[in-house]
Amino acid sequence: MLRLILTRIFLGCLTLFAVTILIFAATEILPGDVASAILGQGATPETLAAFRIELGLNRPAYVRYFEWLSNALQGDLGTALTNKREVLATITPRLINTLFLAGYAAVIAVPIAIFLGIVAAINEGKWIDRAANIVSLGAISVPEFFIAYILIFVFATNLGWFPSLSTVYSDMGFWQKIHVVALPSITLTMLVTAHMLRMTRASVLAIMSQPYIEMAFLKGLPRNQVILHHALPNAAAPIISVIALNLAYLIVGVVVIEVVFVYPGVGQYMVDGVSKRDLPVIQACALVFGGAFVLLNTVADILIIMVNPLLRNSR
Amino acid sequence: MTNNNSFRNPTLSAEIGMVILAVFIICAIFAPFIAPFGEAESVGKTWLGPSSKFWLGTDNIGRDMLSRVIYGARMTLGVAAICTCLSFLIGVTMGLLAAVAGKIVDQVLSRFVDLMLSIPILVFALMILSMFGSSLLTLIITIGVLDSFRVFRLARSIAVNVVVTEFVEVARLRGEGLWWIMRHEVLPNSLPPMIAELGLRFCFNFLFVASLSFLGLGIQPPFADWGGMVRESGRAISFGIPAPLWPALAIGLTTISVNMIVDWILSINARPSGASAEM
Repeated sequence: MLRLILTRIFLGCLTLFAVTILIFAATEILPGDVASAILGQGATPETLAAFRIELGLNRPAYVRYFEWLSNALQGDLGTALTNKREVLATITPRLINTLFLAGYAAVIAVPIAIFLGIVAAINEGKWIDRAANIVSLGAISVPEFFIAYILIFVFATNLGWFPSLSTVYSDMGFWQKIHVVALPSITLTMLVTAHMLRMTRASVLAIMSQPYIEMAFLKGLPRNQVILHHALPNAAAPIISVIALNLAYLIVGVVVIEVVFVYPGVGQYMVDGVSKRDLPVIQACALVFGGAFVLLNTVADILIIMVNPLLRNSR
Repeated sequence: MTNNNSFRNPTLSAEIGMVILAVFIICAIFAPFIAPFGEAESVGKTWLGPSSKFWLGTDNIGRDMLSRVIYGARMTLGVAAICTCLSFLIGVTMGLLAAVAGKIVDQVLSRFVDLMLSIPILVFALMILSMFGSSLLTLIITIGVLDSFRVFRLARSIAVNVVVTEFVEVARLRGEGLWWIMRHEVLPNSLPPMIAELGLRFCFNFLFVASLSFLGLGIQPPFADWGGMVRESGRAISFGIPAPLWPALAIGLTTISVNMIVDWILSINARPSGASAEM
């Protein structure tokens, strides 16, 4: 088992390496000149040439890639082109904010979704299953900002319970933060719960159609016991991958939500960077998102190896 | 989609979905005849509430919201539809090629797609659009290509099962070329299970275009599009003006109705294995 886990970690590192190449290629090697993209149409050839040298674009791509990578590994993400500030210094507090928002949503969403998903699977076809199906399909189908704006309209504008902008400061107390970030977190929770609930339900149902479950029923065991003792232990692996997939989805979901609520996180930083064509900022944010994505997938795979009884006992 | 006997009558929810979608499509095609005002015309004061003249009120520079929602159907639905066609064209071609052309091509294409899917698609699109600028063509190509990776996976998994059948073997023995086999044997037998996927990919691309426009990187002004309209009027909601809710509602209604139609199609054709609606 240890060997399997080590292989998976190695593969994760390999993917991460590939992701860095991909980010670099997408931003600097693809046709289309970075310098003219940043300076815009009006730039004269002389300023373009000067700017290219400032960016170091006159050197070959692989040299620049390894320089960028080794700097990034040492924690130097470069300086933002627009305000000349260190990207790392800006991105760290924002990353903490984003993790706070994502964690906040995950803490609420994961237990609710797993519980409701299992309840829906147990009561397949009954009213609670149908209700969960319709509500979750609705939440998946509408864009994130629709849910966000409806929540703002009801709870911020009309009821006044929560602020409509989630501005957080570093000296804010924990509970004050929880209150200010409530609306974006509820929006994310709704989205992730809907996805997770549907996937949990599907994976429990897939297990319920296995022969050994039928055998347990034929032995005369009550339905609850079959689900608790026979289905759930085997559903653990798919449910873990469901959670990981949705946490990964959360990472992408935060981008739009952060923009709606003007929440100072990495997503908003990236969108800002993109609209200002601030190359180092875009690369750093993409690195953070891509890294988190790979990390979550790797952790999920390792957990799945660990909960799988067949793999656990071998070697 | 042919109308043969295997097609059961649409369910109620599918009928509702078709009606809503038909209304939006008619709005998109005949926008200039339906909309009471022009797309970019300032016709009243800013931020007027709903009235008999302006059914949904006016926006931040006094344009009629209803007219813009009607015109917005053009851009938003049109771009998503073109993106979906492009993504299917690339994804299905590559997927069939991977299934037919042998192990090496399959491995190369599959690993490449795995790699491309290792970065969140929104982050990927943001990177590319920031470097190329968001012209309409760049937007369509970016979304179409990024989405084609998902289509590739499904097309490949379906085609792999078709390639091992006897009639493909016979065609190979007859000495037909790869392209001929893909076009005449594998494609017709892979398409039926992919009809439902077409609807789901459309929903995904549609929401994706809307999200990008909402972030200011999708369809650019002066064209009206639903995501961009939400962006323009978003802040107004703090002052109790429901303006951003209308275009957002139009987006939601479209995806829900496509989903309802897809559910009905799925109940006719059982979903192939390996086809999961991942977001």
